[in-house]
Amino acid sequence: MPVIYMDNNATTKVDPAVLEEMLPYFSEQYGNPSSMHMFGGMVGRKISEARERVAASFGCQPGEIIFNACGTEGDNTAIRSALASQPDKRHIITTRVEHPAVLNLVKHLERKGYEATYLGVDEQGRLDLDELRDAIRHDTALISVMFANNETGVIFPIKEIAEIAKERGVLMHTDAVQVLGKVPFDLKDIPVDFLAVSGHKVHAPKGVGAMFVRKGVQFRPFMMGGHQEHGRRAGTENTTGIIGLGKACELAMGNVAHENTVVRALRDKLEKKLIEAVPDTRINGVVDSRLPNTTSLAFQFVEGESILLMLDAFGVCASSGSACTSGSLEPSHVLRAMGVPFTYAHGSIRFSLSRFNTEADVDLVVAELPKIIHRLREISPFKRTEGEAPACTC
Amino acid sequence: MWEYTDKVREHFINPKNVGEIADASCVGEVGSLACGDALKLYLKVDENDRIVDAKFQTFGCASAIASSSALTEMIKGKTVDEAMDVSNQDIAEFLGGLPKEKMHCSVMGKEALEAAVANLRGLPMAPHEEGEIVCECFGVTDTTIRKAIAENNLKTVEEITDFTKAGGGCGKCLDKLADLLAESKGVLKPLQPVAPARPAGLTNLQRMKLISKIIDEEISPSLQKDGGNIELVDVDGKTVLVQLRGACSSCKSSQLTLKQFVEKRLRDAVDPDLVVEEVR
Ligand code: FES
Repeated sequence: MPVIYMDNNATTKVDPAVLEEMLPYFSEQYGNPSSMHMFGGMVGRKISEARERVAASFGCQPGEIIFNACGTEGDNTAIRSALASQPDKRHIITTRVEHPAVLNLVKHLERKGYEATYLGVDEQGRLDLDELRDAIRHDTALISVMFANNETGVIFPIKEIAEIAKERGVLMHTDAVQVLGKVPFDLKDIPVDFLAVSGHKVHAPKGVGAMFVRKGVQFRPFMMGGHQEHGRRAGTENTTGIIGLGKACELAMGNVAHENTVVRALRDKLEKKLIEAVPDTRINGVVDSRLPNTTSLAFQFVEGESILLMLDAFGVCASSGSACTSGSLEPSHVLRAMGVPFTYAHGSIRFSLSRFNTEADVDLVVAELPKIIHRLREISPFKRTEGEAPACTC
Repeated sequence: MWEYTDKVREHFINPKNVGEIADASCVGEVGSLACGDALKLYLKVDENDRIVDAKFQTFGCASAIASSSALTEMIKGKTVDEAMDVSNQDIAEFLGGLPKEKMHCSVMGKEALEAAVANLRGLPMAPHEEGEIVCECFGVTDTTIRKAIAENNLKTVEEITDFTKAGGGCGKCLDKLADLLAESKGVLKPLQPVAPARPAGLTNLQRMKLISKIIDEEISPSLQKDGGNIELVDVDGKTVLVQLRGACSSCKSSQLTLKQFVEKRLRDAVDPDLVVEEVR
């Protein structure tokens, strides 16, 4: 049975062109880039090329890129560095809907004596910039706000937020893991100090990431050891991963237009047809400011895992929220922060597409999912009959 | 994604006994939309106390649907008492096992059965509704937690969460869960599956006061209506000594009144072993 993969915000397929570029560096060109000999030097040059490609896709200087293992490492490094370089400042501002890579770290820091303000979102998942302005204090060390939400796809006004931070002299970090290749951005225009991305969300392999640290911003390394990455991130480089990430970033830049036309059209068709076919269905998140590949659909009176498992029988891979929270018993923290009613929150399914999805994929989901929801509603004690008011609006 | 057995998958994809029973003898309802799991169990019981039909409606994950389906299959054809012997572990075993984090689904099945039987017996509430709410996120009471600890021999707070969901939300109740666990160490006695109809563990003084109260407030006024009366003389262990007055003292069926009415009422309300004797 072919796999219909619509969980690209969790991870992506390695692009064949990325794999091709990486392959020789597993076998023939296996030198250590730190070695003095030519054999290692060739790999070092390839890493420099990757750095240039990543920098080009961010609109920054190659020297502002640090390669690391993943988005979580980038987020952790940025936040810890910002705090370590300003020991007299004890306050952090973030949002309630961040990825656990930020949220759990900030909660941990609170236990260590830092103070945090968690900005709320409205029912469409939007931030209130006045609330942000009011939250800034004389001892605010950092504002950390994600570029786009992984569950709903809602895009935050990062440029405006970074400008507010800059005006008030506060460092600014953004988790940009979901936007690369989906939303064009140029760090010459957006005055953030730190930004983190992850390879496996952009068709590069797992285990590689990159972070941007603006030139002139004080930096405190998270990992210490050798002189790799100019002493900013010790440890022998994941050379094949970095080379793959460089290629993936180059492809991502060329893909932004396709993502915003073809992929967006597929997503819109999926969303429209499902809403038409299934009563009591709604979209989580503001419709006109979302990632072009993402939809979080809420089906009332049914439970997400049951939907996913039935979809799995057709080879369809989706998600019932953030993959990192799938062991949780409660609806996702993002949907709760948005105040999505329980009747909808438990039945929320995220579809996240990529350039590898086809019209036939969408057609199959549109054909099968309404039947699945109907079946589960038949089993549910909360189902309602046509025309009746919903049984529960809690 | 969770590792489910083929049997769980089978009962999830093709659940048995889905639906309502229009003329059900009783219905048991547990869980809620807010908790993410809810089960409504319908039983049809014949005059011999045998479950001739069982159906369910479930809102929840694959294990919740599979556990409900398994439960209905397991109890159909059993007497109510036999069905009550089905434990949550039996439900999980029937399915070839459940992931430990999903054991609460089998507990929900057992609770729905208890709620349905309480409903059948005319008892006011299912046992899981008694007690104090410990976990506000999922509305779990101390009674449910103590019972889950005792019946499943739970050893850690995480296991309590796996079996009851308590502690799986904001985490505010984790300390209280640890306290209940500590309290249970060494006293792992399974609780009665159905709520006791009468208060248990009364001291002598409490027992005497309760007997006196029931005689004064219920039994005496009802005998007075027929021109008689009753007076409590003494309580000696399990023996209640009374004196009949007025019309009752000369009534030929006074022994019947004492046994069928006074003794029965006191046994129901206070202690099943009480004996009522007349002092002349
Ligand atoms: S009160 Fe128990 S988890 Fe929130």
